[in-house]
Amino acid sequence: MLATSRTFEANARAGLANPILQRALALMQSGFPERRRLAVERLPEFEALREIGKSIKDHTLDHLDFYLELFEANVLATGGQVHWARTPDEACAAVLAICRSVDAKLVTKGKSMVAEEVGLNEYLEENGITPVETDLGEYIIQLRHEPPSHLIAPAIHLMKEQVADTFRAEHRMLDQGRSLAEARQLCDEARAVLRPRFLAADVGITGANFLVAETGSSIIVTNEGNGDLTQTLPRVHIVMTSLEKLVPTLEDAATLLRLLARSATGQEFSAYTTVSTGPRRPGDLDGPEQYHVVLLDNGRSALLGGEFQDMLRCIRCSACMNHCPVYAAVGGHAYGWVYSGPMGAVLTPSLIGLREAVHLPNASTLCGRCESVCPVKIPLPKMLRHWREREFSQKLNPPVYRAGLSLWVWVARRPRLYHALAELASRALGWLGRDRGRFRTLPLANGWTAVRDMPAPEGRSFHSLWAERQSGDTGE
Amino acid sequence: MNEAREQILAAIQRSLKRARLDAARETELRERVAAHRRNLIPARAAALDDTGRIDLFVAMAEEVQATVARVGSPAAVPEAVARYLATENLPADLVLAPDPSLDDLPWDARPLLRIRRGPAEAGDTVSLTPCFAAIAETGTLMLVSGPETPTTLNFLPDTHIVLVYADQIVATYEDGWDRLRTTGRMPRAINFVTGPSRTGDIEQRIELGAHGPRRLHIIVVDDPQKAGDGKDK
Repeated sequence: MLATSRTFEANARAGLANPILQRALALMQSGFPERRRLAVERLPEFEALREIGKSIKDHTLDHLDFYLELFEANVLATGGQVHWARTPDEACAAVLAICRSVDAKLVTKGKSMVAEEVGLNEYLEENGITPVETDLGEYIIQLRHEPPSHLIAPAIHLMKEQVADTFRAEHRMLDQGRSLAEARQLCDEARAVLRPRFLAADVGITGANFLVAETGSSIIVTNEGNGDLTQTLPRVHIVMTSLEKLVPTLEDAATLLRLLARSATGQEFSAYTTVSTGPRRPGDLDGPEQYHVVLLDNGRSALLGGEFQDMLRCIRCSACMNHCPVYAAVGGHAYGWVYSGPMGAVLTPSLIGLREAVHLPNASTLCGRCESVCPVKIPLPKMLRHWREREFSQKLNPPVYRAGLSLWVWVARRPRLYHALAELASRALGWLGRDRGRFRTLPLANGWTAVRDMPAPEGRSFHSLWAERQSGDTGE
Repeated sequence: MNEAREQILAAIQRSLKRARLDAARETELRERVAAHRRNLIPARAAALDDTGRIDLFVAMAEEVQATVARVGSPAAVPEAVARYLATENLPADLVLAPDPSLDDLPWDARPLLRIRRGPAEAGDTVSLTPCFAAIAETGTLMLVSGPETPTTLNFLPDTHIVLVYADQIVATYEDGWDRLRTTGRMPRAINFVTGPSRTGDIEQRIELGAHGPRRLHIIVVDDPQKAGDGKDK
């Protein structure tokens, strides 16, 4: 998928000016965080589970080569196959080869962010295979030729009127006079349209929330049941996934499952958690005859052992973006690629290069809410700062910005000068603003004053007041 | 792809700044896996007696829009099924899992039920399946695939009825894993089902029946032999 992360600033401005997006984001802010809070309150062990979830993932990543080999051995032992892919191209080629081997024409898909990452749908279409997304949100954005704007609610940027327009335009075989005013009607229509697709598909592709080394299983967590119809009905099930989804045992998976749904939707448990292990067994009356796991690296192995290893703990719950003030203002498409919000701002530069995604680490106020809700305690703000340091050391920021920062560094390293200038500036601003108490415009600060007034300082700097108070205290 | 495999494993070791783990360390890790050590188990369900566990299972399942009926013996199941279908205004056509545990139920007592055995087909409206276990912690059914329990029955029909014997209700997912390991086999699919299918993809409004069943009805059979346990808590 072509990234537009380079134009983050323009994307964000467009998002802020989009009234439909703003209505949708307002709904999100009143929804996910509150439901998560209630779910967490009901489980007194939640905080302790976060720490354990973190340690399970850390342990697995520290021994990832061992657990991958164990996983592979167990997939093979249950009759499945593993396809290792270094790059998106290799992953796509592996899927195509499997599809070609069974002469597949129609492929149903459960939601997979890795499939989005490698641009699988476009690739299959170019090669004469029709992929059909079956998660309702993914289906909607596939019809609209849009990327997902959220990890677990890909069409969260839309209101039901847009969905109705899309269905009317795309489902032309249906009565044009039908009512699509309610979400219920839209769901029923998608169900009716997609059911024959499930039944006709030659291959079903799902993602994986977890891979279990102990058993060679893949686990998906869904609410709609589409992932299960996708993997049960066709002759072939392909799991499109990536290295870091591994956990050692079913017990470890259970711990992370307790964290996932609560962090994501605020549910106690999602409607469907499915553990898939190999193809159908002798005597089974249904289920796929072939089970394939495509394991994508795409830069993940390079993150191990460094300052971004913690990012590989991510279980894709979306709590970070659900609680992010920047995401809530600009929406997921502004981030310009597959992953958005704080996790996207950290992960995207790792996967497509800092040069392509240079704005994303700056798309944060570093308020820290993301880290405080992360079920596996990923230090997202710290990693955003790492990227900002790299951005500076690789000279990727604009010259004016760099010159300003250099000047500030020069002054900040000279405390006496810094304090003197700060005192001077605050007195000057205080004097200039003494009548109104605020400024409508200020030179070099248009970005700030365009949308709000700048309060005038009340005369003296904190440092000088503090110094005075300290000397006063010691004098008493 | 073998080249990709070797390169990925080598890249992992390079990043972790070590060679392949030595045999002793690999043995330790294998032992860690084989131990099936439990992590922290929430007290919510683990601390309950039999009666409390059943009640929690029912309460949690109802919270996610499953409906639950409780009957006193297996003989009462066909009656409960017929009553449910009538109440919901559903046709009396039923696909039953070809599981022997369902053979002995007195279906003859409800001659108006039209019953087929086998996997689900397009157009089936109601299925009835046994379960492998049920998890009290979150009101979750644990269903496993097999020749006698085809997976399609759990997803294709609009209405899914599941039979749960009271002694199948365990506290936690980990108890479910333990039960599974006693069978000595890993099924192709384990479906943990918590309430009927749903989606919140349009304006975050929860709508039931996205692609899987619109209705999930659970019939809990209180095993008469176990009834005594409930009293002396």
